[in-house]
Amino acid sequence: MRRKLYAIAGWTLLYGCAAVTACLLLFLIGYILLRGTGGISWRFLSTAESVIHGTVGILPAIKNTLFVIIVSLTAALPLGVGAAIYLTEYARNKRFVTAIEFASETLAGIPSIIYALVGVIVFCTALKLQKTLLAGSLTLAVMILPTIMRSTQESLKTVPMSYREGALGLGSGKWHMIRTVVLPSSIDGIVTGCILAAGRVTGESAVLMYTAGMSMAMQSFSPDRLAKASGATLTVALYHYAKENADFSTAFSIASILLILTVAVNFSAGFLGKKLGRS
Amino acid sequence: MQLLFTLCGLAAVGFVLLITVYLILSGIPAIRKIGLADFLFGKTWAAGRDQYGILPLILTSVYGTAGAIVIGVPVGFFTAVFLAKAAPKKAAAILRPAVSLLAGIPSVVYGLVGMCVLVPMLRSLLDLPAGDSLLAAILVLAVMILPSIISLSETALEAVPKEYEEASLALGATELETYFRVSAPAARSGIAAAVVLGIGRAVGEAMAIMMVAGNVANMPALTRSVRFLTTGISIELNYSQDGSLQRQALFSIGLVLFLFIMLINALLNLVLKREKED
Repeated sequence: MRRKLYAIAGWTLLYGCAAVTACLLLFLIGYILLRGTGGISWRFLSTAESVIHGTVGILPAIKNTLFVIIVSLTAALPLGVGAAIYLTEYARNKRFVTAIEFASETLAGIPSIIYALVGVIVFCTALKLQKTLLAGSLTLAVMILPTIMRSTQESLKTVPMSYREGALGLGSGKWHMIRTVVLPSSIDGIVTGCILAAGRVTGESAVLMYTAGMSMAMQSFSPDRLAKASGATLTVALYHYAKENADFSTAFSIASILLILTVAVNFSAGFLGKKLGRS
Repeated sequence: MQLLFTLCGLAAVGFVLLITVYLILSGIPAIRKIGLADFLFGKTWAAGRDQYGILPLILTSVYGTAGAIVIGVPVGFFTAVFLAKAAPKKAAAILRPAVSLLAGIPSVVYGLVGMCVLVPMLRSLLDLPAGDSLLAAILVLAVMILPSIISLSETALEAVPKEYEEASLALGATELETYFRVSAPAARSGIAAAVVLGIGRAVGEAMAIMMVAGNVANMPALTRSVRFLTTGISIELNYSQDGSLQRQALFSIGLVLFLFIMLINALLNLVLKREKED
């Protein structure tokens, strides 16, 4: 009898909790899309907010988000891949490896509000970048470094030793071997890392709110104004509309876009990882 | 070439040192002016009156995290057991991407849904003047830590050697008894790591709870408007003047939060190390 009760309670808990998790996600997706998709139109995506016409548009936020993704990846990619190459191909000193891996784990565990503080102290104030998209992007580059490092390192580890031995045996130098044999066979991990990092940048809000500004106006990205551009990305725009304007329909429209982007990031990271891993 | 790659590797170490040094340097001045005891154990945070005591913030962060763990860990654990052991293949194939999607949703989106669904619901259910409360923050945090708890516990459960489970089944234990009395104890350090990671996530979250917690620096109570360590920084960072005592005090909160996080990281490393030894 006790055993039977145990079984009933146990199975109920297992299925119940799994159902709760699934329903949570279904509810979130359903609710966000239901309230958000109605407000998405071509004008919403392709114009800036206009007080005169009373229309809302998020083109500046989209452009700012793209800018932040590109700059932070450009800064973090060489560093991350370089660090991963050092760890898997060159490192002999065990202490160095432990220190670097510990540092990377620490960076991954630091919450974004701390990055925001450091961004304000270091990039905005000490380096005199002010509150600009550039300062925000550089702060985020530090934040996504571990993501790129880890994913590159994982895929460098899967390159068979025999590839390296073959290349070296044929008389190739170490760097030549890495450039022509090791890196091309681990491109999947690097690409996956970039996609995950881009996803993280897109979803980040705390850092950008305090280092990159909250303006919803169109920014100029011409070369001479590049370092001065300052404004809100999609997530910061969402916060701005929800909390400061109480304009929830716009906020939910942005949330729908972010949700779709999240699905795209998850799907393409999984898909690319599988496809490139096979070929 | 080797030198260049070594430098890339050391960059991560450099960043950690840079962050640590800058946080300490900018966190110390305010603590000196206010006094360590008055800062840590002062019960009033009122920037207008130059009173900076962060005890309510610390306690709110502790209670909020504990609440999120109490709700999130059981649900996450049972879901992980379901995914790793009991789920039919099709159900697992749907649920697994769903969990990673939950992990990828930006925190402002969680905040927005909390603001528009949870807060009004709590207000009418509990008959409160306002639904922005510690309880709302706990519920949002519980949902947000769920995916990390599920995926880490699932990995740990899947790493349990099949022989253990087969032996238990052969001795006449039911499947369920095997999951809970053999698999789960064998995966305990991995599950512990999942819980610690969840704690780290909950302590560090700022934006989502800034949208649902009300942000008044009260002593914590479930239905009261509260301010966490994280939101203590975020709510005033844009409005404080450069070089003012208020801004310096925000940096000091950052330092306290950083110490909390480093402590949790150290705990996580300890747990993971024990897992490797097992």
